[in-house]
Amino acid sequence: MTALLQLQGVHTHIGAYHILHGVDFEVPTGQVTMLLGRNGAGKTTTLRTIMGLWAASQGQVSFDGQRIDGRATPDIAQLGIAYVPESMGIFGDLSVRENLLLAARSARTVAQMDTQRLEWLFELFPAVKKFWLQPAGKLSGGQKQMLAIARAMVEPRRLLLIDEPSKGLAPAIIQNLIAALRELKRTQTTVLLVEQNFGMARALGDQMAVMDNGRVVHRGAMAELADDEELQHRLLGLSLGAHQ
Amino acid sequence: MSKAGFDWLPLALVPLLAALAWPAIGSASSWLTLTVAGLAMGMIIFIIASGLTLVFGLMDVLNFGHGVFIALGAFVATSVFGLIADWTASDSLWRNLVSVFCAMAVAMAVAGAVGWTFERVLVRPAYGQHLKQILVTMGGMIIGEELIKVVWGPTQIALPLPTALRGALIFGDAAVEKFRVFAVVVGALVLVAMLFTLNRTKLGLLIRAGVQDREMVESLGYRIRRLFVAVFVAGSALAGLGGVLWGLYQQNVVPQMGAQVNVLIFIVIIIGGLGSTFGCFVGALLVGLLANYSGFLAPKLAMFSNIGLMVAVLLWRPQGLYPVANR
Repeated sequence: MTALLQLQGVHTHIGAYHILHGVDFEVPTGQVTMLLGRNGAGKTTTLRTIMGLWAASQGQVSFDGQRIDGRATPDIAQLGIAYVPESMGIFGDLSVRENLLLAARSARTVAQMDTQRLEWLFELFPAVKKFWLQPAGKLSGGQKQMLAIARAMVEPRRLLLIDEPSKGLAPAIIQNLIAALRELKRTQTTVLLVEQNFGMARALGDQMAVMDNGRVVHRGAMAELADDEELQHRLLGLSLGAHQ
Repeated sequence: MSKAGFDWLPLALVPLLAALAWPAIGSASSWLTLTVAGLAMGMIIFIIASGLTLVFGLMDVLNFGHGVFIALGAFVATSVFGLIADWTASDSLWRNLVSVFCAMAVAMAVAGAVGWTFERVLVRPAYGQHLKQILVTMGGMIIGEELIKVVWGPTQIALPLPTALRGALIFGDAAVEKFRVFAVVVGALVLVAMLFTLNRTKLGLLIRAGVQDREMVESLGYRIRRLFVAVFVAGSALAGLGGVLWGLYQQNVVPQMGAQVNVLIFIVIIIGGLGSTFGCFVGALLVGLLANYSGFLAPKLAMFSNIGLMVAVLLWRPQGLYPVANR
């Protein structure tokens, strides 16, 4: 199992604050790796550091064998890394169609976009097709999340970084999201998913890394954590049932 | 801007203001003359301010030195007109138009080139630092004004209209100055070109997205700083074009003209909603019309009319007429 993404001793400072204190973990190719942990553990900072939105002050971030720490965000994205932030990053004044066209770097017009892939996305996320010409700002929270993930997948990417996609969504919408991400998983896309909804983590994760206080405190197979209630309690502070 | 759910209300203020002014002015001919003058002034202000609002929207850069490109454009036009004086003095309409378009093209090229240098030398080191931006860009404008004085002298220079653009078109009792019609046409062409670029091209899509959330645009793999430099240069070139039209509108140019227009353009971009091109257009028309109507009806109040308009708009919509989402 080769690692597509590797973090070694990554430290990140934001202003005077030392947020990451030597983060180490790997994201294996073709698998879904869950990044778990309590609020404030440093999960979002880790994703932003990988994307170059915050600079690592120490340590190494490697993608497919080449170091990417210190590179500019557009260069990192051009390597084939897509990022869905916690805020979703939807352009509210643009239509759904324009949001997708923007993410399709190889296309200048909608006509130049990969229609087969678009049809696949429409099947996964029917709201994207339904509200195609609507301003994205008018979509509901769940629809915006679908659009944000569809946008990250509009062209084949080697790695998807997704930050808490279930946050604030109704249970029924979360189930739709899990179904869509399962379909994505079937295509062997490598995903690093930050999530606090343990049900979602259990449904999708192959590997996991648990963070606390800016460090990775446990790594292993997701199944191992899902089957061990004591470990869940120790690492996440809550039992599986209470976390769902 | 998406067609679905377009907010017509701010745009409706333009005809509403014109309709309200009619009974107050009393005479249809005076109303027509003032309305065309207001539209012409508004179009020129829009040309000047459109680049500034995008520059602010894309990188949060407060460029108080934008006025220097206006003055530069106008002074370059005096030199170009001086070189081809026989064409501007000719009775031939096409020779006059060629001379004006030559002046506009050279002014845009010079203002764009100076804008590129201005961005590299003054603006780039001050990214993300608003106080520094204000001080540095104002300093840049002062230096620019002084350099204009070195090249063209400190005194006012006449910028006479080419022969064919002098005089007025007569509609019944109303006289509409030819140059004002010309300015409206040029402004409309710039508006169409800008709306086409912003709404029908990928470059425009990137600019609109960058104004809303530049970090996300970078995360999608686009270098927003390059885009910003391109917009800064285009905005400076448009300010140069606006400077030519403003100079012809006033028929003279002074080195301080940029600073004088600066106040107006900041009012316009605040009224329109920072970063909004269409808001800038509507704001510029409102400012142009109100300045002309109030100048006719209550000259003593004219100076304050635009400040009053800005206060009224911000009380109604604190983010401006067409606020940009996510800002």
